[in-house]
Amino acid sequence: MLAVATRLLKNPEDARDAVQEAFLSAYRHAGEFAGGCQVGTWLHRIVVNAALMKIRSRSRRPEASIEELLPRFQQDGHHAEPASRWRTAEEVLEREERQALVRSCIAQLPESYRTVLLLRDIEELDPAEVAAQLGISTNAVNVRLHRARQALRTLLDPHFRGEAG
Amino acid sequence: MTCKELVDFLGSYVAGELPEGQRFTFDAHLAVCPDCVNYLESYRETIRLGSEALAAGETEIPDEVPDDLVRAILEARSK
Repeated sequence: MLAVATRLLKNPEDARDAVQEAFLSAYRHAGEFAGGCQVGTWLHRIVVNAALMKIRSRSRRPEASIEELLPRFQQDGHHAEPASRWRTAEEVLEREERQALVRSCIAQLPESYRTVLLLRDIEELDPAEVAAQLGISTNAVNVRLHRARQALRTLLDPHFRGEAG
Repeated sequence: MTCKELVDFLGSYVAGELPEGQRFTFDAHLAVCPDCVNYLESYRETIRLGSEALAAGETEIPDEVPDDLVRAILEARSK
């Protein structure tokens, strides 16, 4: 649970607060647990919601630009640098090392993009739900998700790209 | 269609949300552009690697959850 909150909040203290608030909320609402899903899944969802509340409530901090992690193009619209074919994941690292590498790259994404990537691609919330949770439009969710994936791809590229040519 | 236009709409393409006409234009570009094929495949792999690294939807109850909280939830369910 702490890992889930830390992914979203990065700051360990905020993550601990969010988990504590989630447990308190779970105590208060235990009677509403209808048993439609596993207890673990229900708690997981409450932790995600508590972390999102924290993101919304904390003052907006200036964050690094994502622009330098987006692909570049020539004036005529062609790729500025050739895109290499990637090696298969199994060729690159053992599963656990690979997961650690990907997690560290996700952690490097600016917060507003990382949050959308985690909610859409990992938590698999639908775009309208993410938009409502973050107080942004569905279109903004889609734009941020696409940019977050492109930025993550850029960060992973040096590790996965095969030989040129 | 240019590579930039293709990459701009890659999210919709991967999600299968492009109208048929636009998808046809995409596929025609991909047929002649190895850079965009490589980019598309690595974009898809990026999504898969993210899911693999951070599998969500835990169904097991982690040890860190207080026992009395689990009891309270399970009691509520049994009512």
